[in-house]
Amino acid sequence: MISQEDVQYVASLSRIHLKKDEVECLSKDLEKIVDYIKKLESLETANIQPTSHVLPIQNVFREDIIKPSLSQKEALHFSIEQHQGCFKVPKIIE
Amino acid sequence: METTQQFETVIGLEVHLQLKTKTKIFCSCANDFGGEPNTRTCPVCLGLPGTLPVFNKQVLDYGIKIGLALNCAINNVIKFDRKNYYYPDLPKAYQISQFDLPIAKDGFLLVPSLNNELKKIRIHRAHLEEDAGKLMHDAVHPYSLVDYNRTGTPLMEIVSSPDMHSPQDAYDYLQTLKLTLQYLDVSDCDMEKGSLRCDANVSIRPKGETKLGTKTELKNMNSFKAVKAALEYEIARQTSVMLSGDKIIQETRLWDENKQMTFSMRSKEEAHDYRYFPEPDLVPFTISDEKIQSIKKMIPELPIDKYHRFIEHYHLSDYDARLLIQDAPLADFFEICAKNFHDTKKICNWLNTQVLQELNERKAPISKTLLTPDNLIMLIQKTDAGIISNLAAKDVLKIIFETGKQTEQIIEEQGLAQISDDVTLEKIADDLIRENQKVIEQIKNGEQKALGFLIGQAMKKMNGKANPKKIGDILQRRIFHG
Amino acid sequence: MTLQTLTAHELLNLIKQKKTSAQEIYRSISSQIEKTEKDVHAYAHIFQNPKIEESRECPIPVAIKDNICITDKLTTCSSKILSGFRPPYNATVIEKLKNSGAVFIGHTNMDEFAFGSSTETSYYGPTHNPHKLECVPGGSSGGSAAAVAANEAIWALGSDTGGSIRQPAAFCGVVGLKPTYGRVSRYGLIAFASSLDQIGPITKDVRDAALLMNIIAGYDEKDSTSANIPIPDYTQALIDNVKGLKIGIPKEYFIEGLSEEVKRAVFNAIDLLKKQGAIFKEISLPHTAYAVATYYIVATAEASSNLARFDGVQYGLRIQPQKTRKNPIVDLYEETRDAGFGLEAKRRIMLGTYSLSSGYYDAYYLKGLKVRTLIKQDFEKAFETLDAIITPTTPTTAFKIGEKANDPLSMYLSDIYTISANLSGIPAISIPCATGKDNLPIGLQIMAKPFDEEMLFRISYTFEKNKNH
Repeated sequence: MISQEDVQYVASLSRIHLKKDEVECLSKDLEKIVDYIKKLESLETANIQPTSHVLPIQNVFREDIIKPSLSQKEALHFSIEQHQGCFKVPKIIE
Repeated sequence: METTQQFETVIGLEVHLQLKTKTKIFCSCANDFGGEPNTRTCPVCLGLPGTLPVFNKQVLDYGIKIGLALNCAINNVIKFDRKNYYYPDLPKAYQISQFDLPIAKDGFLLVPSLNNELKKIRIHRAHLEEDAGKLMHDAVHPYSLVDYNRTGTPLMEIVSSPDMHSPQDAYDYLQTLKLTLQYLDVSDCDMEKGSLRCDANVSIRPKGETKLGTKTELKNMNSFKAVKAALEYEIARQTSVMLSGDKIIQETRLWDENKQMTFSMRSKEEAHDYRYFPEPDLVPFTISDEKIQSIKKMIPELPIDKYHRFIEHYHLSDYDARLLIQDAPLADFFEICAKNFHDTKKICNWLNTQVLQELNERKAPISKTLLTPDNLIMLIQKTDAGIISNLAAKDVLKIIFETGKQTEQIIEEQGLAQISDDVTLEKIADDLIRENQKVIEQIKNGEQKALGFLIGQAMKKMNGKANPKKIGDILQRRIFHG
Repeated sequence: MTLQTLTAHELLNLIKQKKTSAQEIYRSISSQIEKTEKDVHAYAHIFQNPKIEESRECPIPVAIKDNICITDKLTTCSSKILSGFRPPYNATVIEKLKNSGAVFIGHTNMDEFAFGSSTETSYYGPTHNPHKLECVPGGSSGGSAAAVAANEAIWALGSDTGGSIRQPAAFCGVVGLKPTYGRVSRYGLIAFASSLDQIGPITKDVRDAALLMNIIAGYDEKDSTSANIPIPDYTQALIDNVKGLKIGIPKEYFIEGLSEEVKRAVFNAIDLLKKQGAIFKEISLPHTAYAVATYYIVATAEASSNLARFDGVQYGLRIQPQKTRKNPIVDLYEETRDAGFGLEAKRRIMLGTYSLSSGYYDAYYLKGLKVRTLIKQDFEKAFETLDAIITPTTPTTAFKIGEKANDPLSMYLSDIYTISANLSGIPAISIPCATGKDNLPIGLQIMAKPFDEEMLFRISYTFEKNKNH
């Protein structure tokens, strides 16, 4: 059972401010989908290794050699807001 | 203090260490400090969509080296995980870190404490991760600025077990840890520059209680002294909360260096739910036993071992040994001197006082100065033989640091050699005895101070070049034996 | 001359014979776009004055899915949240195409962040199936498949996380290949689910797919998950001969929900290949029924993390909050992400976040990874004795726009045949095998062992060569 509180919690973890109708609609959808996903419970997997990579690739390294960085202008080229060579954001309150 | 009477303190430390590789952990941008903002970034460390991390080989080697030096078990298979959270200094909104397969675990550090005992502080785990960028804001402007130069700097997070029981314990642990890491030459270990950062977890519990109390996490300390002060403040605060019957709240608190207080960090109050999962963009890494062995061979003698050897082999005092090992190049210098000169105590006296002072002033390791072991030994020998005074010797040392000239040459050029020939000194003694009859009476009455006065007068007459021991001897002989 | 209707290999021959030029080919594509784009809406962004160089190896007009980065070109994943984003770098596949002289036509429309099977969730509105405009082109690479089918591009690149190349290829009657995971660099592909995503070709015929693979495949040191295995010349695999090849027909793929016409078309294709000497046998892939559930756990978990960076701090959309609710930066995140993501993106981000969140990880995400192992093992076992597996690409032909838009689960279930190849990393191709009612194309899916794309080309080529005889 996915309550609207669960949805609100997950929305806040996801940093999405849902409108009220979205909360209702998404809790119904998620409920349905999670219900469907529950079919996995019937499978016995205690001794099964999880697969996070399908290929058995290991040990991919990079040598510790410097390559040119972007210039400050290039780095900030796509920025929404910039100031004094930095990305500008609302004040962070600690 | 109430704390020590009713409560026991439990402290665990998390140290973040920037590794001094040439490039960042997952991209080829230079890994440097300072510079204009956003000049050491690329699409990868800016976290632009579509970019992928590739692991820097050197970071793994440094990680293994640190793990081994901290007596840890090195995991044969490691992987990276994503730690998900939002903060403007974290461009991907996740940090690539290590969750369940860290590079190193279950180690310990032997920490010499004030009363000469060795405390064993366990290392719970040490893992590799990427650093975040830098946020800048002031009280005036209604915005913050983000510089991503630091983003992707390789970090090793070293997590101790909660094995420390006082702010002093924490301070000693940090000193020893820093020294050990400096010996490994893997980091600048400079707290001011942020290449070594420390967070502290602290809780108190009634004495005899075995369950841990509710902890607070202290951040924002920028020196070891600040760590100690923050812990002292926090222990006092927790104690008064407990005594007033309230409950400690588990929270993150920031140390305010100006106010010398900790403050609750409200913005991070939300429950931490980092949703760790294996980083799909990086493959696992295997670390062979051969690799571990080959890195083990590259680890130099560590400070604790050097300390014991110096005491055993050179018969140094605890004080001298402890001071010497603080500076690995100085300790090496000592050993070269000790090969050619038997009086290790004398070498220490020089190294741990005047030489150290010169090094501090110059902010340079001894290997980067003009002082050589041979020259120092010569200086000690000349002083021992009374050829120059202790005072003059200090001047000679200064000149050596400045010019690199040989001790003998400096003594000659500066005319620092003491006058020791009997004829001259006896004439002076006679003059003095004649001119200071009153003082002679005092000496005869056993006033040693008065003899000192006469020696001083002699030095004055000879522009400081008289051999004070010798003139003293002559004066005594003349006064008492005529 | 109707150059735009030809394949790349035909055009390259004409160029060689000096019967046409790169300029002329591009113009024919341009005028086709002028004619049909208003109906089809294959593109999200059309590039002005692309660089065209005669005398290059391969000056073929190519359409790129809107999630593959091109320097200074709008690359938006057809999402509002990436409004105005022009990356300062090229994806590795773009570098490779550029080096071969390909001409970039535009970024094609897609389901927002590749979340969908119909290209209806694009911020720019839906793409229409060129074969029947009121139908979807499939998705999420619907724009790429529609562009090729409508002759608005000779080649296209798509990306496939759970069928996003093959399903639209099937719906639009073109060839679509999802290569083995690790065969084509993902560098510069804006990630949906990193452990499942692959870039692949969408073309008019099998030879073109092989040609395009020759250009884009290969190890990339910028992608730690790319396989350091030499790339063959795929055109050498275009052999009209399947004699003795052992091909499996998994019984779990021929179940309720599979339309009669698709089933008939697939069995006709099987008969044709049988006549050419292939040996078929019925097999079982027992965990097939769990693939969709597994996929939606793994893919959404990775997506929730991959899409976290779209937060209004650096680039793209930023909503400046009008009043303070929590604190200024959190408000900025939450309102930007609320306004920037469509409903399906939110649904998937939420589902992924939920399955990774504390207390649910073991029950959902970890469980999903374990079942993924079982699904992968099904294929490993099957390929011990088989050269390939043949199935339908989709249970039905293209559905109507709007038909499934309000039923996410039924939309998810339409990926049922394509998802397993992503979960197990194997290569899979969809080729047109018949035309169903309403003139809608039907796709045939062939799957092979990891890194055996050559087998897919061989069987596809044989089918293509012989189907009209």
